[in-house]
Amino acid sequence: MASARNRVLPGFGLTLGFAILYLSLLVLLPLSALFLRTASLSLADFAAAVASPRALAAYRLSFGASFAAAAVNAVFGLVLAWVLVRYRFPGRELVDAFVDLPFALPTAVAGITLTTLLAPNGWVGQRLQPLGIEAAYTPLGVTLALTFIGVPFVVRTVQPVLEDLEVEAEEAAASLGAGRLQTFRRVLLPTLWPALVTGSALAFARALGEYGSVVFISGNMPLRTEIVPLLIVTKLEQYDYAGATAIASVMLVASFALLFAINSLQAVGRRRLTGAGSEH
Amino acid sequence: MTAAALDRPATAAPRVRAALQDPPLVRTALIAVALGFVGLFLLLPLVAVFTEALSAGVGAYFAAISEPIARKAIELTLLVAAISVPANAVFGVAAAWAIARFEFRGKRLLVTLIDLPFAVSPVISGLVFVLLFGAQGWFGPWLAAHGVRIIFAVPGIVLATTFITFPFVARELIPLMQEQGAEEEEAALSLGASGWQMFRRVTLPNIRFGLLYGVVLLNARAMGEFGAVSVVSGHIRGVTNTMPLHVEILYNEYQSAAAFAVASLLALLALVTLVAKRALEWRMRRETGS
Amino acid sequence: MSVEVRQVWKRFGEFTALRDVSLHVEPGELLALLGPSGSGKTTLLRLVAGLERPDSGSIEFDGEDATSRSVRERRVGFVFQHYALFRHMTVFENVAFGLRVQPRARRGSDEDIRRRVHELLELVQLEGLARRMPTQLSGGQRQRVALARALAVRPRVLLLDEPFGALDARVRRDLRRWLRQLHDELGITSLFVTHDQEEALELADRVVVVNEGRIEQVGAPDEVYRRPATPFVFGFLGEANWLPTNIDGRKGSAGFRPDEIEISRAPLDGRAFAARVQRVQSLGPRAKLELVAESGALVQVELAAERARELALEPGAEVWAAPRELQVFFEDRVAS
Repeated sequence: MASARNRVLPGFGLTLGFAILYLSLLVLLPLSALFLRTASLSLADFAAAVASPRALAAYRLSFGASFAAAAVNAVFGLVLAWVLVRYRFPGRELVDAFVDLPFALPTAVAGITLTTLLAPNGWVGQRLQPLGIEAAYTPLGVTLALTFIGVPFVVRTVQPVLEDLEVEAEEAAASLGAGRLQTFRRVLLPTLWPALVTGSALAFARALGEYGSVVFISGNMPLRTEIVPLLIVTKLEQYDYAGATAIASVMLVASFALLFAINSLQAVGRRRLTGAGSEH
Repeated sequence: MTAAALDRPATAAPRVRAALQDPPLVRTALIAVALGFVGLFLLLPLVAVFTEALSAGVGAYFAAISEPIARKAIELTLLVAAISVPANAVFGVAAAWAIARFEFRGKRLLVTLIDLPFAVSPVISGLVFVLLFGAQGWFGPWLAAHGVRIIFAVPGIVLATTFITFPFVARELIPLMQEQGAEEEEAALSLGASGWQMFRRVTLPNIRFGLLYGVVLLNARAMGEFGAVSVVSGHIRGVTNTMPLHVEILYNEYQSAAAFAVASLLALLALVTLVAKRALEWRMRRETGS
Repeated sequence: MSVEVRQVWKRFGEFTALRDVSLHVEPGELLALLGPSGSGKTTLLRLVAGLERPDSGSIEFDGEDATSRSVRERRVGFVFQHYALFRHMTVFENVAFGLRVQPRARRGSDEDIRRRVHELLELVQLEGLARRMPTQLSGGQRQRVALARALAVRPRVLLLDEPFGALDARVRRDLRRWLRQLHDELGITSLFVTHDQEEALELADRVVVVNEGRIEQVGAPDEVYRRPATPFVFGFLGEANWLPTNIDGRKGSAGFRPDEIEISRAPLDGRAFAARVQRVQSLGPRAKLELVAESGALVQVELAAERARELALEPGAEVWAAPRELQVFFEDRVAS
């Protein structure tokens, strides 16, 4: 029975007080500074900063490339999760551990490496050139970099769901005459769907704010290959605090909305699995 | 919670029954696609770091990483980690205790707030500190009057890094402590233990692997953070450059081999992190499984 | 040590777990808190332990008010349903825990602690397992370690939460007997929670029947079984049949047990009623019958297989049934 255990277990006041203090100083205070600063802008200035052609181009690139990267990761992440959970092959454990690389590797390292690989004289860039594909300093390069950093998100969200799947459901489908593809489409995919969408949403959210991996490969040409985080940094360096803050708050609102959506999705996914309401 | 997926324990061995085997052709194809994807997107970049690092020869490699400014960058990175990791670990344990063991109004809000840095772009994380402590920030004039520098100095880097990494330990410990339940701690109290005795003898030993796991992830992120630190550091060579920033400088100055040399150290850290992560996952799985 | 619970109320949010509950526990007695899940019996136990705080009312130990004392100060021995052994400590360290956390003044030397732990392990018949980890023990062994651990600090009262709930039937029965012996030997005031009425009746000096946050009856096992105070007590302590009655204009229900009914082909008088056999089940030495009375009520009967054969009972047969013992509960009295 997990009901009120206040005042029996010790340390409630101490730990909660400390946690709230820490949180307020480190998180709430800084974030409120952002919103208050934005609020001090006149509506006209805000609109000018937030809706300038340069900003709009940056939104298009950031959202577009992040979405594309998330979509790619949705497909390949599902395949990867499936292969890791369902099949045995030499090196499986190694590959499984390796999936976390983008999460452990500093973004700057990823950034310079991907740029070097995709540059016209890089290992990959060399092979793409004859095909007429330019990766470095283009939106394509941005998308590829964002795909790299998003790999773990879909895989790690889908894996546990795959592992916990009731094998009996598939056996029932097979006994009723369904082929593997049918079983996958009708029985497995509906169960995996929430996890898949959640993982993709996580990858999308991460890609949206990504800076280090992308800033080297994008070339940062305004209106063409400038992502939103870079736009913010550029404005800061020009001491255009107002502009930077305005755009940052737009991004922040989008991120919070995304966070909220993801949490709701995860609650849905949990309810599907356990049949109960979420804890907390 | 967001990105909780990333801290998931490793896959257990596959358990598929005979009736459900996919046709061999499908299996091979899928495995090939998966391995191809991994090889192309993950393995290739990793290998490239090291080949590029050594592209100017082994001598140049060691020169690059022992060069004084590089050394300063390494020192700064270690210093920042040495501060933010313990601070966030303590926060994580305190927050997990409050959240996992008690019911109170606003608990849900607290949990969501803890997830916040994961939703915020690193650049914005740096920006907010500039807005607070920068020359034109809220506290800017006050700080200037007292000769205290936060932005474009080490304290700013520490703050930004701590902000970015603070959820790691908490998010790892909250589900762990919820799963373990309070019974052992209640038993300890009923046997006469004080609050601290209970914490030291029962709570900490029970969460030690989860704690270590969170610390490993926290450390990796703290040492590798780029975006937020880039905004607050001012890029002052030898003073406010961490290793990732140093890599950026070298790269932008076309000292590619040297850049990759320093980057290779970070890549090695990443590999060590992956190994430690795996080992801890394995230990944690063993504990809950038995 | 005696325990007094006075007019205690406990709510968890919208749900009221205990309503105005009062109870007196005699020093040295073994008391069972018996009831269905959700009845509040575990909550009551935890209140006595100090693991929960009452919303109102008080708890006294030996006449002294203990309501505001923390679980640590109350010196109770609590045995959890799932043992709550410290998973990272050996059996020895688990049992020694209460002794090790005592303030330096009272602690005693390592040698003293070691002696006491081994004394206790011998008492619960687990010597030789001192170095094992909890995960290496069976359920019954873990239970005994939990008990030894609770006894190590010489508690004034021993509280057990469904001590045998998680064990299989055979182990449960053996441990039951062993617990009674242990209690007789040590003489500590003990309360245990159970939902198994057989366990309560077999073990306890007195049984407290709890339902929906209220105490329905307190008494010796024989008393609650043979002289139940309410229909709930009757129905909970054994299988029950019910027939509506009307005695001198007072309406009520009469309860009787399946194994206390006389069955005959020939008419019986007195309390007998006519019924038709609907189903016959033979279960080794016993037989079970399902009868339908004239009123349409279903009556369960248990009798010796031999007797069932004598009567040549089969579905459709017309019989007479006479309960030997009736417990009558009048609506007006029960309503209070």
